[in-house]
Amino acid sequence: MNEKVLMKGNEAIAEAAIAAGCRHFFGYPITPQTEVAAYMSKRMPKIGGVYLQAESEVASINMVLGAGAAGVRVMTSTSSPGISLMAEGISYIAGSDVPCLIVNVQRGGPGLGGIQPSQADYFQATKSTAHGDFHILVFAPSTVQETVDMISTAFELGDKYRMPAMVLSDGMLGQMMEPVVLPEAKEPDNDSKDWAVSGHGGKREHNVVNSLYINPQELEDLVKARFERYEVIKENHQMAEEYLADDADIIIVAYGSSSRVSRSAIDAARKQGIKVGMIRPITLWPFPEKVINKHVGHAKAFLSVEMSMGQMVDDVRLVVNGRVPVEFYGRTGGVIPTPNEVLEQIVRINGGVQ
Amino acid sequence: MTVKGERPHALTDAPFHYCPGCTHGIVHRLVAEVIDELGIEGKTVGVASVGCSVFTYNYFNCDMVQAPHGRAPAVATGVKRARPDNVVFTYQGDGDLAAIGMGETVHAAARGENIVAIIINNAIYGMTGGQMAPTTLPGQVTQTTPYGRDVKSAGNPIRVCELLSSLDGVALAERVTVDCVKNVRAAKKAIKKAFEYQMAGKGYCIVEVVSTCPTNWGMSPADAIQWLRDNMLPYYPLGVYKDVGEGEQ
Amino acid sequence: MSDLNVLFAGFGGQGILFAGKVMAYAAMIEGKELSWLPSYGPEMRGGTASCSVCISDKAIGSPLVVNPDVLVVMNLPSLEKFENDVVPGGLIIIDSSIVHKKVARTDVNVVYVDASKLAEDNGLKGAANMVMLGRLFKETGFCSAENLDLGLQKSVPARKANLLDSNRKAIALGIES
Repeated sequence: MNEKVLMKGNEAIAEAAIAAGCRHFFGYPITPQTEVAAYMSKRMPKIGGVYLQAESEVASINMVLGAGAAGVRVMTSTSSPGISLMAEGISYIAGSDVPCLIVNVQRGGPGLGGIQPSQADYFQATKSTAHGDFHILVFAPSTVQETVDMISTAFELGDKYRMPAMVLSDGMLGQMMEPVVLPEAKEPDNDSKDWAVSGHGGKREHNVVNSLYINPQELEDLVKARFERYEVIKENHQMAEEYLADDADIIIVAYGSSSRVSRSAIDAARKQGIKVGMIRPITLWPFPEKVINKHVGHAKAFLSVEMSMGQMVDDVRLVVNGRVPVEFYGRTGGVIPTPNEVLEQIVRINGGVQ
Repeated sequence: MTVKGERPHALTDAPFHYCPGCTHGIVHRLVAEVIDELGIEGKTVGVASVGCSVFTYNYFNCDMVQAPHGRAPAVATGVKRARPDNVVFTYQGDGDLAAIGMGETVHAAARGENIVAIIINNAIYGMTGGQMAPTTLPGQVTQTTPYGRDVKSAGNPIRVCELLSSLDGVALAERVTVDCVKNVRAAKKAIKKAFEYQMAGKGYCIVEVVSTCPTNWGMSPADAIQWLRDNMLPYYPLGVYKDVGEGEQ
Repeated sequence: MSDLNVLFAGFGGQGILFAGKVMAYAAMIEGKELSWLPSYGPEMRGGTASCSVCISDKAIGSPLVVNPDVLVVMNLPSLEKFENDVVPGGLIIIDSSIVHKKVARTDVNVVYVDASKLAEDNGLKGAANMVMLGRLFKETGFCSAENLDLGLQKSVPARKANLLDSNRKAIALGIES
């Protein structure tokens, strides 16, 4: 096993990707994710990999499309405004069934917004990444260690289902250091994709990686087939952590940084004798419906805590479907909620469910 | 030039969808002949763009990837960086390369990205039905310049080869046309040189083919060829704008 | 000690983030759960710098220290900004060479360390952050002395190994202060 080291979330993302056999990184600088690119620029040349600073996020994601289409494990990373610029490319990648990893170290928006941590890109990541009917896998780690572990999972599932995967981090998780044990390094496997465009060598028909289907019926059939794959993913790959949820009257649903704040608040509330727990989605798409559903019996209220004006709360409400109240608490614009603020919400809701 | 009866192997059997008198078919064939002659079909990856040439992935027998509008140079960069031993080319129109994709084009060229760009300059947007292109001539009537391109408001045309020739990463920038046998032969020679330069690792090569669009120009194929000679070639002179030469760089 | 939340604050360039990093590494070697979170962005460039270090026996919740148990402060703006955030009964450690103001609160413990002067007098200019860390160690005992030194060794990059001894001396000055 590797030694435990102290690492910044952003650097851990880069090192974990390398450990997962990624040798191709295309990106453009943006705060607060730049350490990912800087780390890659230092490491890739030493291990025979490719680091390329593109002229824009638009170019980055299309380089990812090219390298992914050529069959190699490839990634990019950016922060919120960069994802907006990449939207077009992500749609093409999804529509061409090309796997890749996209990291979003979220910051406050809209517009140029700010550079402090945010979770306001939930809708963008899970519902409206770009034009057309498609989904991407979305992972939301809450610690540096989990970020590292997620990177490999994201690559693997992306390859398995031939689709883009996103790790949705934020400025806090990216900038903070925590102890981390890096996974054992895997050798790159860049030659096992029989659909890739890497030259047919006269041994097969030519491969085409494409998202254009001019015949509506053909396109509908293809999209439907893709959605059947999505159902398989929904069935098999929902991930969530339950924290003190089994006896909870109130269940907080929170992911990433806001789940850490919530955990502190829950610990404080438990000391006051309030039965509160948490479901922490680890995959945001597929959304962990099953585990939330399981707790709707004993939980008398849900509280979605987010660093946004309320986005994931919609998905919690869809699952709970009116059976019990679903409340929301959030801060936005780069403001991180404090455990005390969340505790106040817990106490308020607890007063209402006695 | 030997006029061959059979199709080049690097072209599929799919019939071209292009309009009568359009020069895309000729240029496709030239690229395919070059791929055949160099014996590189098995290691070539083509990048299709958005425009009339969007379906090139159906026409070339090598592996093909379809890029978003304007992004072919970036997609080609990704392919080439992932597979340096492959031969990678983009096939783009003037709008794709010089309007929406100018950023990607200039930077791929500046990086000396080891790819070939074939650009079809027909001074108009073909696929969307005849709107102004970045190469539309001053005074030229299009669907979106119904009173003729007024450079005071619509800006001036872009001469791509001249523009790119100032960049250090460019190994070859040559403008050709295919209006007659002699020029077709010169065009093929330029395309072949571009592919050979890539195989020698010389850098970014662009071959701009001044082309016709009879349908959207509203002319017969013969008139279109004449219009090309009378109007386009004076504005877009044929020739080599940059060539690093055969020797070592 | 089960939980310790420390906020280091001062000017950019004083080694605020580095002091936190040494503490974090030492805590890791001690076998604790921990997090280190810097302030980032334009305020890094010449303005104020701060970092949150959380140490616990349990998984760390929020890594952002809003109400520190200990505030280690190396400039006046930071004292004015964070003084009232310290938990009642908490501790404020002040570099009194730089901050001449006294703490107004009476419900917190305050330690004034002439850190910058001590460092300079001992030929350790620029190591006041380590003097402060030494004093923090003395006041809280957040790890063993051995692990503090190991934490320092981990934090100093190999190419700057020549700075190890001066940092050690500065930590010792803080402990003796």
